[in-house]
Amino acid sequence: MTDTTDFQNLAPSAGQKFRQRTLPFLILAAILLAIPMTGPSRTFYTVAHQMGINVVFALSYNMILGKAGLLSFGHAVYFGLGGYLAVHAMGWIEEEIGLWGSIPMFFLPIIGFFGGALAGATIGWPSTRRAGTTFAMISLGVAELIFAAAFMFDSFFGGEQGISGDRMNGIELFGLSLGPIAEVYWFIAFWMFVGILGMWAFTRTPLGRLSEATRDNAQRVQFIGYNPQRVRYMVFIIAGGFAGLAGGMAAVNYEIFTPDALSLLPSGFVLIMAYVGGITYFVGPIFGAILLTYMQSMLSDFTEAWLLYLGALFIGIVMFAPRGLAGIIFGFFDGLRGAERGAFLKGWITSLVGGLFMLIGLIILVEVSVRWSNGYGEIYEPFGLHLDHASPLTWLLFLATTGAGIGLTALANRHKEGTT
Amino acid sequence: MTLRKTAILAAATSALAMSAANADTIKMAFIDPLSGPFGPSGEAAYTSYLLAAEHINANGGINGDMIEVTGYDNKVNPKESLLQFQKAIDDGARYIMQGNGSSVAAALIDAVDKHNKRNPGDEVLFFNYAAVTPAFTNELCSFWHFRFDAHADMKMAAITDWIKTQDDIKSVYLIGQDYVFGQAVASAAEGQLSEKRPDIEIVGNELHPLGKVKDFTPYIQKIISSGADAVITGNWGADMQLLTKAAAENGSDVPYLTFYGGSKGAVSSLGDQAVGMLHQVSEGVTNLEANEEQYALIEEYKERFPDYDYYYHRVWNVMDMFKKAAEEAGSADPIPVAKALEGMTIEHAYGTATMRASDHQIQQPLFVSVVSDDVKYGVDNIDLGWKLVDNGTIAMDVAEQPTTCEMERPG
Amino acid sequence: METLVFGLLNGVSYGLLLFMLSSGLTLIFSMMGVLNFAHASFYMLGAYFAFTISGSSSFWIALFLAPVLVGLIGAAVERYGLRRVHPNGHVAELLFTFGLAYLIEEVVKIVYGKTSVDYRVPDLLNFAAFEVYGASFPAYRLFVIVIAIAMLIGLWYLLKKTRAGLIIQAALSHPHMVGHLGHNVPLIFMTVFGIGCALAGLAGVMAGNIFVTDPAMAIQMGPIVFVVVVVGGIGSLEGAFVASLVIGLLQNLAVGINASFADIFGFIGLSELSEVGRINISSLAPVLPFLLLVLILIFRPQGLMGEKEL
Repeated sequence: MTDTTDFQNLAPSAGQKFRQRTLPFLILAAILLAIPMTGPSRTFYTVAHQMGINVVFALSYNMILGKAGLLSFGHAVYFGLGGYLAVHAMGWIEEEIGLWGSIPMFFLPIIGFFGGALAGATIGWPSTRRAGTTFAMISLGVAELIFAAAFMFDSFFGGEQGISGDRMNGIELFGLSLGPIAEVYWFIAFWMFVGILGMWAFTRTPLGRLSEATRDNAQRVQFIGYNPQRVRYMVFIIAGGFAGLAGGMAAVNYEIFTPDALSLLPSGFVLIMAYVGGITYFVGPIFGAILLTYMQSMLSDFTEAWLLYLGALFIGIVMFAPRGLAGIIFGFFDGLRGAERGAFLKGWITSLVGGLFMLIGLIILVEVSVRWSNGYGEIYEPFGLHLDHASPLTWLLFLATTGAGIGLTALANRHKEGTT
Repeated sequence: MTLRKTAILAAATSALAMSAANADTIKMAFIDPLSGPFGPSGEAAYTSYLLAAEHINANGGINGDMIEVTGYDNKVNPKESLLQFQKAIDDGARYIMQGNGSSVAAALIDAVDKHNKRNPGDEVLFFNYAAVTPAFTNELCSFWHFRFDAHADMKMAAITDWIKTQDDIKSVYLIGQDYVFGQAVASAAEGQLSEKRPDIEIVGNELHPLGKVKDFTPYIQKIISSGADAVITGNWGADMQLLTKAAAENGSDVPYLTFYGGSKGAVSSLGDQAVGMLHQVSEGVTNLEANEEQYALIEEYKERFPDYDYYYHRVWNVMDMFKKAAEEAGSADPIPVAKALEGMTIEHAYGTATMRASDHQIQQPLFVSVVSDDVKYGVDNIDLGWKLVDNGTIAMDVAEQPTTCEMERPG
Repeated sequence: METLVFGLLNGVSYGLLLFMLSSGLTLIFSMMGVLNFAHASFYMLGAYFAFTISGSSSFWIALFLAPVLVGLIGAAVERYGLRRVHPNGHVAELLFTFGLAYLIEEVVKIVYGKTSVDYRVPDLLNFAAFEVYGASFPAYRLFVIVIAIAMLIGLWYLLKKTRAGLIIQAALSHPHMVGHLGHNVPLIFMTVFGIGCALAGLAGVMAGNIFVTDPAMAIQMGPIVFVVVVVGGIGSLEGAFVASLVIGLLQNLAVGINASFADIFGFIGLSELSEVGRINISSLAPVLPFLLLVLILIFRPQGLMGEKEL
């Protein structure tokens, strides 16, 4: 009975299950609990909250892009509608309309979830009947329409000024007034954890598995008796719900929602976050959300050309690392465990150093050009160097770093081709 | 831009640095777009603040303390603004300046109110230098918010007051962006015109979606076929440029009375067709009679920042009033400064400005000007510039509007 | 009557401009099955190049040289970028162009500055061609119409009547077969991509001086181009032509309608004071194309004149 023994060998052992499924969540919880002990600054909290919201948002986006294979240009619609509903609910709680007075502010993300799921159910009904580029284009059109409508229906969207609320109302839960930023941290951390856990659990359900099957081959799914449109529709609703959950988190964190939240810009940004992180891995969008939120909020302090770096990073990932940051990280550990560890490490370090050199070259070029273009007579001075656009040192450095970078990466590539 | 980089260093340090930072520098945070499509309009103001702060510092600072203006890029996004606001507080800023976008201003007013309520002793003041939605100094007014620009109704009062003197204007066409601000402009125009010139007929009242129209030609042709003698618009950004460009192209040569015709690029994209057509209302015009000091300032600004023109005169009003208030109060702490600012009057290059205590709305004379080729200072690096029209000086009390503000003051 | 005449005139001139912009995208889309998100960025490059060239020489040289330059850049993008990404599938290709759009905009900002440049209509064409009901119709717009029609005829002739056009058409539908017949399919793809970008560049040369030449012009034009291509139907130049005109007319005629929803639907009790009732048809004009896009995709996914679904 070789078959049964094979089967037993393939199933994960209890130890593996713990390592792969339980341990990551324990580590995540430990990190979340440990962060406030380091006495973070206000800025740290603000950026961390934005990251928490974006992590849930990017993961929900990956439910449809990575798992169901649906490319959407309008995912911010569900984030925004869920968030708007949550902000309105915040107002109802404040005024204690009906039963609202007895609902703690802490549970607003659930309202957001319902808002997002409801929007997903309404908009998804016609649009998920198709996949591929048709779906992408419908999502683009719907996003434009809803964004335009947001400026017409002031009672729900509040016009350009949006709708704002005050989170310090209603029943306090866990002794959190949600006033000070350090208390909001627990709110964000809790819901981020719930969101990640919920979306991870979803991938384990039959529907989650089916959505991957529909992505890979819709016809075969139909043969085994499932309706791919239905599968897409249901996944879409749940993804909309989790986007709404993120919206609800944002509603409490910022206490304001404006129509900008529904526009194409955040929809494009969530796509970049998920893709840069790596859409084939569950954790990919988490990496992407953390890195890109950091870039968006902090990199603009260092350089006004941060959008250029963002575009370059995105193109670099699409061209050279289609599995994203997660692919690079896991690929590295897989390689370390592989047979030819020495050769792999050498190749990996060569390309890393090569990449760093190219990055330095790019930074020199961009920073010098930006300053020259502004014409304020300001000069790029990293590490006490004086890099003027007219000085030969600048161009020597640029050529040397870029040349070295290209040479090293080419070497690494040749090496890789030689071994395979 | 070097100042912006210092922000990150301070951001890395914790709250400890916060209290120490106030000892010898007064940190002011400029929260506006510095990248992306609206980057230029933020940068034009940012450079003005930098130069104004430099001048104050060169003259011994405020009570001996130096001012440091740091830019925070909010990408005209309300949420990003709140994040940058927290960053600014971390860096030790007690004064924030913002102007681009009423949505951002509304978010910041709300955020400042909440911050000051939740963190007593750590108060922050908001100097609004360009967000003109009237509500901010009416039903949404706040003790922590000071507006240094005339709001939409005041600018409209200036425009309609000038129209009152123009007997050959018999009909007016209103066109604007379809959102709160555009609607407010339209209703203000309707109300004030019917009061000041009941004989004028409003032949069109058009609202178009914000930032979505690529070709304004059909709108212009509606204007032409309506036979209007003048057009009033509150449009800004690309909507402003495309509107006037289409007007010139299709031969609509009636006066265009605008709030933001002076924004960068509008004049140069029209060229000679702008002469006599494009009007704007503002608190200062570089080609007005002024003292030598002011001329030197305009020239210094142009030399330092060749991409931009001296446009944000009100930025100097912000800084001068702040300096005077801090010196009167003998302290650069927000609450004494705010109390000193209430009712304060300064003389600036083009007149007198008073911060009305009841709603924190600046009151000052306004000027209606028109593009001309006979000027001392051109804009957009061409020879055309803004010149005062006849009867273009609108006295302070004409532009003044009543307020519904009921302000809560700290004890 | 006035409204109708204005609507038709402007609709046709704006529609033809849209067609110039979207014909290149239709070509590329039908070839690679991927929407080129950076297409409007090539349109922007066309306008900026024309600004530079006409500044140092004349508009007429720019009219020819700028599209060629844009086409060369497009070909290089295909050769060194898209071709690498191709094995990773359509989504990766689409995302590549998405990132490229960011990159081009930022580079344009560094080279040309963040604010608009002063790109003007040539003096030779800067006069009123004729007047209707007091409004003048600029000669330059007439010129745009002529160029667009010339382009349509040229393109149609190239694709339907020449041998090169036949090979391109064959390569679009059956690349492997054409490859087996000994044609260099990658070269064909590169050429078509280059031509498509050059057409976008030409549209930029023509439109940059009617509208505003600034770094935001790509974002402003981007979405509407997709609408034209998708509504027209995949790979259908005729479809793109019809869709451009339909959208041009739709937008321009709607502007002329001064009725609100309450005026139209008042008979079913829609109040003028309700939010829906207050919406004006003319204020809806710029979003109508997107409504059309969604409806077409739901009810007729092959587009107006396309042969296959997306």
